[in-house]
Amino acid sequence: MILAPDLPPWAAVLVAVLVLAGAAMTLIGSVGLLRFASFYDRLHPPTLGSSSGTLLIVAASIVTFTVLRSRFSVHEILIAVFVTLTTPVTFMLLARAALYRDRIEGSADVPHVEE
Amino acid sequence: MSLLVLAWALTLAQVMLGLSMICAVYRVVAGPRAQDRVLGLDTLYVSAMLLLLVFGIQTGRTLYFEAALIIALLGFTGTLALAKFLMRGEVIE
Repeated sequence: MILAPDLPPWAAVLVAVLVLAGAAMTLIGSVGLLRFASFYDRLHPPTLGSSSGTLLIVAASIVTFTVLRSRFSVHEILIAVFVTLTTPVTFMLLARAALYRDRIEGSADVPHVEE
Repeated sequence: MSLLVLAWALTLAQVMLGLSMICAVYRVVAGPRAQDRVLGLDTLYVSAMLLLLVFGIQTGRTLYFEAALIIALLGFTGTLALAKFLMRGEVIE
């Protein structure tokens, strides 16, 4: 299915590059989630999608709607701000929960505290 | 010409985001532990949200933006509740 918004050439190329870069970032992050060995390693790659992936695709969306409506359209910034604020909170909570569970079980591959 | 490039780029981006959702689903199904499944769920909803944004760019409608915003809100709450559950054994104390 060939479907695209009716943008002038410079905007079309810009949006294409931004969307492809964002999707590639997200894919790299998910492949990292698949391939890394331990949970504490796997915690890192998904943030690639929720930081740079989100920012790039949100930028593409801003360019598209600003050019399409020929007025400044920035409502997508809501998503960027929200995801940027919430991802660290959830991942730190999740890491703390995993650390707590591993320590209770006396698991060997827990990151050590330098004291 | 440039619109054709844009159309193919959008389709390719959707395929890549779909593949990234498949990777996240594999992590949810395979585990090995509960925290890995929660992590997979978090990646899954971020990818789905980005996929909806790309749909919005493709069709030029803001409906998809609102759906993406709701997925971001509910996904955050869900992951937070699951992390709290893993830590404490209950969500609301």
